Amino acid sequence: MRLRLVPAETNWDFFRTWKITFGLSVLAVLASLVAFAVIGLNYGIDFRGGTTIRTESSQPIDVAAYRDAIAPLGLGDVSITEVFDAGFGEDEHVAQIRIEAQGDGDASVAAETVLAVEAALQELDPSITFPSVESVGPKVSGELVQSAVLAVVLAIGAVLFYIWLRFEWQFSVGAVAALIHDVIVTIGIFSVLQIKFDLAIIAALLTIVGYSLNDTVVVFDRVRENLIRFKQMELKDVLNLSINETLSRTVMTSVTTLLALISLFVLGGDVIRGFVFAMIWGVVIGTYSSIFVASAVLLKLGVKRDWSKPDAKAGTQFADIDA
Amino acid sequence: MLQISLWKRVVIWAVVAAGLILALPNLFYGRVEVHNDALAAIEAQGGVATPEQELDAGFWPSFLPSGIVNLGLDLRGGAHLLAEVHVEDVYADRLDGMWPEVRNALRAERAAIGTIRRQDSAPDELRVRIGEPAGIDRAVGVVRDLARPIVSLTGVGASDIEVSAEGSDVVIRLSEAERAATDARTVQQSLEIIRRRVDEVGTREPTIQRQGEDRILIQVPGIGSAEELKGLIGTTARLTFQSVVGRTTDADSRPGAGNVLMPSLDEQGTYYIVEDRVVVSGEELTDAQPAFDQNGRPAVNFRFNPQGARKFGEYTAENIGSPFGIILDGEVISAPVIQSHIPGGSGIITGNFSVEGSTELAVLLRAGALPAGMTFLEERTIGPELGQDSIDAGKVASVVAFAGVLVFMALSYGLFGLIANLALIINVGLIFGLLSLIGATLTLPGIAGIVLTIGMAVDANVLVFERIKEELKRAKGPARAIELGYEKALSAILDANVTTFITAAILFVMGSGPVRGFSVTLGLGILTSVFTAIFVTRLMIVIWFERRRPKVLEV
Repeated sequence: MRLRLVPAETNWDFFRTWKITFGLSVLAVLASLVAFAVIGLNYGIDFRGGTTIRTESSQPIDVAAYRDAIAPLGLGDVSITEVFDAGFGEDEHVAQIRIEAQGDGDASVAAETVLAVEAALQELDPSITFPSVESVGPKVSGELVQSAVLAVVLAIGAVLFYIWLRFEWQFSVGAVAALIHDVIVTIGIFSVLQIKFDLAIIAALLTIVGYSLNDTVVVFDRVRENLIRFKQMELKDVLNLSINETLSRTVMTSVTTLLALISLFVLGGDVIRGFVFAMIWGVVIGTYSSIFVASAVLLKLGVKRDWSKPDAKAGTQFADIDA
Repeated sequence: MLQISLWKRVVIWAVVAAGLILALPNLFYGRVEVHNDALAAIEAQGGVATPEQELDAGFWPSFLPSGIVNLGLDLRGGAHLLAEVHVEDVYADRLDGMWPEVRNALRAERAAIGTIRRQDSAPDELRVRIGEPAGIDRAVGVVRDLARPIVSLTGVGASDIEVSAEGSDVVIRLSEAERAATDARTVQQSLEIIRRRVDEVGTREPTIQRQGEDRILIQVPGIGSAEELKGLIGTTARLTFQSVVGRTTDADSRPGAGNVLMPSLDEQGTYYIVEDRVVVSGEELTDAQPAFDQNGRPAVNFRFNPQGARKFGEYTAENIGSPFGIILDGEVISAPVIQSHIPGGSGIITGNFSVEGSTELAVLLRAGALPAGMTFLEERTIGPELGQDSIDAGKVASVVAFAGVLVFMALSYGLFGLIANLALIINVGLIFGLLSLIGATLTLPGIAGIVLTIGMAVDANVLVFERIKEELKRAKGPARAIELGYEKALSAILDANVTTFITAAILFVMGSGPVRGFSVTLGLGILTSVFTAIFVTRLMIVIWFERRRPKVLEV
């Protein structure tokens, strides 16, 4: 008895409703951009400087009391969030306190500030401990933003180049459209849900880029093969055939990856939950986009079909060299 | 047909075996750690081992590899600092050091240039005013002759100073090339001193490395907090002995020419007026040890080198009865009155120390002074409990993920699934083997990278299996189907993995800390999973096929 997630033979038309799905994707991208512009990301200290203090206590956490204890120190914007995790014991109460960068120097938050906050909280709750304290100065955070953006742009650029090398340029555009779609929609969901956006999330974003691409490339690889095999078939049918043929693999891989990620999400602790969430989201959206965005773009752009005849346009830009 | 030559089979199994043996020590993490620590301790003692250390070293057989994956700060707990070295601090020192030489050279030309007087100026220039403005060209020429060529890769033919004339002032600045050379030296020196200070505390595997132009990254596992680490390395620890002129409680009082006002370290609101001239400085110390004074209070014993001892001896002989200041980083630790001539070159610093305080000061003095100040741009403390929680959570999650994928693959592909599972286990073994081999550091995102690899590693196998299925549908024989399956899936496997590998590589280059840890495991995971899918599973399938020769294949 075998487990079958996808029927052995499928012949689904993925482009019957392409206007709707593609429209949805465009809408999602626009909505994400709006969310990013209006709500904005909940940047962690990696990107805007400041200090986070993780507190742990056997007493239940009263966020308002914490806030009142810290308020007299006049530290500006202080955010306090309680952290929940299935792995915590009965008397394990964890909170995350974030203090914005103080003053205008390059240095991270002064030791006195951290000590003052810790003392104030200790007075409120003697059993409190501080398992981690992290400070990032504004100078470093600015550089981290730059290198993060550069990393994402470089990754997309490198991939664009590789696919162009291995396939036709239309494939390249399709793949990158899917990538940009994935990255923007992920940023959108992080804006809407206000999940902390830090360096690790950038790593997750790049993994999404990698995964989404992996998926797209597998479909494209099959498209390339089928284009040569079925020279007379409509492009739309070739795409449909290729997606159907690789569907079983697409679903299998997504499921195994999701299995691994979900166990990490549930059991991996709260420290990397945001990171894992980004990847789960990325796997789902990446699988979707390789079919409904990348292939749809390829369908609209069209692709050179007859590989035996020389391309009429090919080489025209160099035509004058011999003359 | 399905044929893999013998030498290929041998190579494949050899690689797998080597990888697994390299990974083996990680299964016995605690034992191997004890063994490695004992070996390091024995080596540090010059090869002589105590019986206890012999016992510890015996915890792990020495013929097996003993490389283990280092745990990152987020898993082990510890402190992380990113410091920026104020390289420009050193320029002023360099120029100050040049002044006597410049003065002597100009003095020789007094007839042409008149009086010479050093002017107050920005810290990165030395400004000398001469009495006869007409002689300015001569003065500039004389000073320029003092310039020394510097030898460096980029600055061939460059000299160390730039001399220019501004009115009747001769202005001396360090040249571009000299600045670069000085910067490099300053950072290197700071790095060495930080390393010595951290090593004095004796923690396991601290990471101290240069980052970019003028930054130093310091990661010390097992230390209580970033604050503690900062206390250890963040102090310049410049110790000087200077004459004390007087004492005051007025912070605004004018110290007078040639003197400076310095606060007292212990007594708030007390200031000392101290002579500018340094009698002896910390560079001339050869040793410093925590000790107790005659009243049983913590103190620090120190000893000078012969040069320092001579200077100190002469000074104390001449100034019996007057106070002198022991000054650390511009603060007066204590200002005892010289009771008698101190000829031996050793002494004791007393003050309001705790035992920890005196130990720390002794460490700082022994390791030497930092050449320049530092700003801390980033600091992180991770408690050991949090690290342990993360390891535990990561372990549980990995095991569950692993089990889930194994069961799922077996259910979906039957025998072929079991083969893929075996390959997956080998794959994870290989990742750990490689991580141990290159001495990589495992971080929490690194664990996530491994878990992600577990999920994605089966992809290559799935591609092949699905392809074999398709080829079977086209009524090919089992052997032909397997062969074609591998052949045709190869381009998809390569393209898919190369693209992911590109992103991992970019993450490695651009990222820092945890992100880099993630990219390392992801990148290695891609390499090993492609290897296992293309070679290992294929070999296992071929071996199975040769034994059974099945007529019908069920994938």
